[in-house]
Amino acid sequence: MPAPETREIEAPDALARAADNLEELEGERMTLNMGPSHPSTHGVLRLVLELDGEVITDARPEIGYLHRGDEKIAENMTYTQFIPYTDRLDYLAPLANNVAYALAVEKLMGVERALPPRCQYIRVICCELARISAHLLGLGAYAMDVGALTVFLHTFTEREKIYNLIEALTGARFTTTYTRIGGLARDLPEGWVEQCRRFLEEVKVNFDETEKLLTRNRIFVDRTRDVGVLPLEVAVDYGISGPNLRASGSDHDLRKAHPYLVYDQLEFDVPVGSVGDCYDRYLVRIEEMRQSVRILEQCLRQLPDGPIAIDDGKTVLPPKEKVLTAMEELVHQFMLVTQGVKVPKGQVYFGAENPKGELGFYINSLGGGAPHRLKIRAPSFVNLSVLPRLLKGNMVSDTVAILGSIDFVMGECDR
Amino acid sequence: MPESPSEIAYNTKIEGGTVVTRADAVLGWFRKNSLWPMPMGLACCAIELMAAGSSRFDIARFGSEVMRFSPRQSDLMIVAGTVTYKMGLAVRRIYDQMTEPKWVIAMGACASSGGMYRSYAVLQGVDRILPVDVYVAGCPPRPEALLDALINLQDKVGKESVIRTQKSPAAA
Amino acid sequence: MSATEEKLAKRLQHAFAEIAEPPAEFREEWTVAVRKADRLDQVCRFAKETLGFDYLVDISSVDHYGRDPRFELVYELYSYRQRASLRLTARIAEERAEAPSVIEVWRGADWHEREIYDMMGIRFRGHPDLRRILMWEGYPYYPLRKDFPLAGKDSEAPEVAVSRAAPLEGGPFVTPADQTDSERREPRARQ
Repeated sequence: MPAPETREIEAPDALARAADNLEELEGERMTLNMGPSHPSTHGVLRLVLELDGEVITDARPEIGYLHRGDEKIAENMTYTQFIPYTDRLDYLAPLANNVAYALAVEKLMGVERALPPRCQYIRVICCELARISAHLLGLGAYAMDVGALTVFLHTFTEREKIYNLIEALTGARFTTTYTRIGGLARDLPEGWVEQCRRFLEEVKVNFDETEKLLTRNRIFVDRTRDVGVLPLEVAVDYGISGPNLRASGSDHDLRKAHPYLVYDQLEFDVPVGSVGDCYDRYLVRIEEMRQSVRILEQCLRQLPDGPIAIDDGKTVLPPKEKVLTAMEELVHQFMLVTQGVKVPKGQVYFGAENPKGELGFYINSLGGGAPHRLKIRAPSFVNLSVLPRLLKGNMVSDTVAILGSIDFVMGECDR
Repeated sequence: MPESPSEIAYNTKIEGGTVVTRADAVLGWFRKNSLWPMPMGLACCAIELMAAGSSRFDIARFGSEVMRFSPRQSDLMIVAGTVTYKMGLAVRRIYDQMTEPKWVIAMGACASSGGMYRSYAVLQGVDRILPVDVYVAGCPPRPEALLDALINLQDKVGKESVIRTQKSPAAA
Repeated sequence: MSATEEKLAKRLQHAFAEIAEPPAEFREEWTVAVRKADRLDQVCRFAKETLGFDYLVDISSVDHYGRDPRFELVYELYSYRQRASLRLTARIAEERAEAPSVIEVWRGADWHEREIYDMMGIRFRGHPDLRRILMWEGYPYYPLRKDFPLAGKDSEAPEVAVSRAAPLEGGPFVTPADQTDSERREPRARQ
């Protein structure tokens, strides 16, 4: 152990030597593989990073590790049979996927305006519950990645309550398959509205707690502010959508720009960021959840009575008691189950504002019960394509913050 | 003496707090209550796996809360989700890196048999590339189902003879 | 809304009258079919720079198996300022399954074009990094083509992945490539 004064004399020399070596080292790049099994890649994303010391000089995302062939499967079954597969696209918000898909098929059939009001309101409730649930998980995982485990446990507590609601509604925790072409699988169960109201009161408290844990948390702010800045023109150029786009300063929200269902009758604000960094993306999501609560409260207050499906035996399954007693309903049921809904020839694209961004379905139909081609425009797929641009120049430890803030799901990215 | 190796009778009245058992039984008891999982979260089932690990279901009650993404520290691989052909080799490589003894739970229909994805890209069951100890039905299985699978696996692990299955370094 | 879209679609058609079909409307969506896919990049550049379609929503591909030209590219465009959508389509022959890349127009076209190359086998001229994206390097087929079965085919790419055709066991119901009639999709109809 050398005496302190000798160390002081040696130190500048050693530093100078190290600096010389560093200069020599420049240009030597290291390739780092991250994933496809990595805790912060939220699934099976793989990143090949090229590093110059701690700085990322190039990033190549490799996707497809969860490519299950959904689009090919869709071509081989009726429109109704494909609904369960939409659950498994963005498996954090299956209810919203169900709604988006049903609306796309209904647009193709030209019946989306005929949906009864109660059905439309319940669908909005579904979408917004899904949004809260997806953002809760997204934020929990994001906070966990930058080192705050408590938030994850907090948000999961609320998610379990949402699962209770969804389970009462659909019978499953998150593979819901709740919508049908032209309606819903079943009406709200008894007492559900009160249960949902109670949840909304509780979840607002949880948002406050989460914000207390994060919004002014020095570590969290230092790790996210001015990290991974996505300028608006870059976001537009890459076709980014959803909270990630709005964090960069655009107010584009399909619920406002092209209102579907009853969104034009509901009051809510669209939160917009100013910088487009990881911190803004967090703030936008928190505020979006509060707005979702607002929408839900209005929906629960205004929820009309009435049927939950179109009154047309050729689109929606007739009630079981009629099937067993009346000839016409029996024939309709038989035709619907064996051949599916009858859809005209044509092509439509329908995009819905999902938690992750614009989830779109392009359907090309030649008529009949199955799509000729069904293309899923997955928000995560498009949002991830900006990664090479976003990661370049950042420190390697910021990768997890950026990935967490983008909030993607590989199920819909790879389809 | 316990009836089966998995049982440890404990009676303070006999021999003042000393338990007499077989080494096999006690080692099995240690093993089965500290199965550390390698969470191979691939798809939807991973969300239920996370739910099993968090507050309500609390997998810690079964000694399996230590989820590490490092295969070297894990005893149990929980394959949660659809295994595609593209992912297959990575799953196998991670399994190979786990140290013996190791077990596998195939969580959900996709991992067990390909499930509803009978398509060109999906491996029709993870048991085609690695040995599976417990299959869990469901799409996705509820966290309770996963915990049940864990209990079943614990039974199996507890009944295995540690000393007899221990490979000598020369043989391995 | 639809009036703006119609106007924009007509302006595009006027500018490219020799290669663009008159705009067609279906479910309040306007589609302009481009006859010469080789000039898609010019059409797209015009749509973005003159008409203001700054957001490329999606690019899809369709396989019209058994008809000529076989493939079709579908571009979904959107303009934030005018809140208007437009669809461009272009047919591509099987013998020369190629189109110009629009990556210079919208950076976001990158992954969409890679996906179409991966799934349909349509090449994009001028794309800087045209590799497979969802399937692995070395996979010999294009899975979304209609003559490729849902169950898949065997393939070997040692060190990457090995795939086997999935057992179908008489189900799920599978639509043969060239037909649209759902009545014949039941297995017993084909026995």
